[in-house]
Amino acid sequence: MITIKGTRDGLTLYIDDTCSFESVIIELEQVLSTKYVDKDEPMITVTIHLGNRYIHKEQEEELREIIRNKKKLVVHSIESNVILKKEALQWKEDSEIKAITRIVRSGQVVEVNGDLLLIGDVNPGGKIVASGNIFVLGSLRGIAHAGVNGNRNAVITASYMKPSQLRIADYISRSPDYESEGVYMECGLIDENKSKIVIDRLQVLSQKRPDLNGFERRILNG
Amino acid sequence: MGDAIVITSGKGGVGKTTTTANLGTALALLEKKVCLIDTDIGLRNLDVVMGLENRIIYDIVDVVQKRCKLKQALIKDKRFDCLYLLPAAQTSDKSEITPEGMIEIIAELKQEYDYILIDCPAGIEQGYKNAVAGADKAIVVVTPEKSSVRDADRIIGLLEKEDVEPPHLIVNRIRNHMVKNGDMLDVDEIIQILSIELLGIVADDDEVIKASNHGEPVAFQPNTRASLAYRNIARRILGESVPLMSLDDDKGMFTKVKKFFGIRS
Repeated sequence: MITIKGTRDGLTLYIDDTCSFESVIIELEQVLSTKYVDKDEPMITVTIHLGNRYIHKEQEEELREIIRNKKKLVVHSIESNVILKKEALQWKEDSEIKAITRIVRSGQVVEVNGDLLLIGDVNPGGKIVASGNIFVLGSLRGIAHAGVNGNRNAVITASYMKPSQLRIADYISRSPDYESEGVYMECGLIDENKSKIVIDRLQVLSQKRPDLNGFERRILNG
Repeated sequence: MGDAIVITSGKGGVGKTTTTANLGTALALLEKKVCLIDTDIGLRNLDVVMGLENRIIYDIVDVVQKRCKLKQALIKDKRFDCLYLLPAAQTSDKSEITPEGMIEIIAELKQEYDYILIDCPAGIEQGYKNAVAGADKAIVVVTPEKSSVRDADRIIGLLEKEDVEPPHLIVNRIRNHMVKNGDMLDVDEIIQILSIELLGIVADDDEVIKASNHGEPVAFQPNTRASLAYRNIARRILGESVPLMSLDDDKGMFTKVKKFFGIRS
């Protein structure tokens, strides 16, 4: 029921997904206790592959407990091919692009999970917030906050960019105090070297944020 | 059935009351039956601008609280038989009337009048909610100042949630020489931000202040720039298409000749 493979990174346990959980527990106890571990060896990380088995939090804790009880073993991760429908929907929502057509006026706030595609303007005093990226097809004159849950790779793009503030994750930048003209077709992103938000031409995104491309990005975001 | 139009702006002092008085007068000149309602309870002004202050016996609070009949509180204008005013109370405050009370009054007035113009108080609290409650349409007044545009934007956002048609815009107190120097926002800029339909523009004109101090709305005068602007707006409310007036001051023949030859003055 349990196959163990040793790799450079530690042990990988493949657990058969057709038998009952109780028998897995019993077998795991046996398999691990027969393995002889040398005292001088360093800690070994264990990765568990569950196949198409779904386990509860308690069951997961039980598995970890057994492995933790064996000296020199530490659980790195538990992987499964299946997730709950609820989690899947959440995952989908977090990685979707939400298209909204409206004008976000002074005093109004639009918040979405995932990426926001706003077709319309954000007026001064208006605010848009997204856990992913923000794309504004229109004028951005208010506040935009991308990657609100801490995603520093998020970007903000706008057809016309004259924001009062740009916020990405925990970074904030504001417009200069002098009167300035806005810019067309630009994007805001965090420059890790300068550790601040910079505004640049849209074209730089293909190099600096290549994972914005379609499907790969969604998986990464998830 | 008449139309109830609320005139609002968010910010104070941009000319809501003046606009209400003048549009009322201009509509009356076009022989429509008009009723003006002042909802700025505690700080009433519309009666002063209309020159009807000394005729007030009952007010809107008396009507809402059923101390008098609606007909008793309405004041007929000095100049027109088809123009009436429902004044606000000066001694109570805005919590004395409710949106439900307003809806009731306006429904009753709609039976008899073609247009009901509601003068909204500044702010977005109770007074604003009362004023908007019974309205079918809305006019937002804005002056070419950033703060005014900001507040107008906020009000338009709030109006979207109400049961009114998309609001129309009046840009008030444009000073052409300042716009030309770039010291004042121009009309295009304002419309670009607010993105609602423009109903008209009114130039800043000393006559407006003079007239309102005399208790006679400027729209009553035949030929000032402001009065023409208000009359044009009234015609647009009736559904006519009237081109916008040019803001350029008429400087006489010489300027025209210069313009003809393409010399900039």
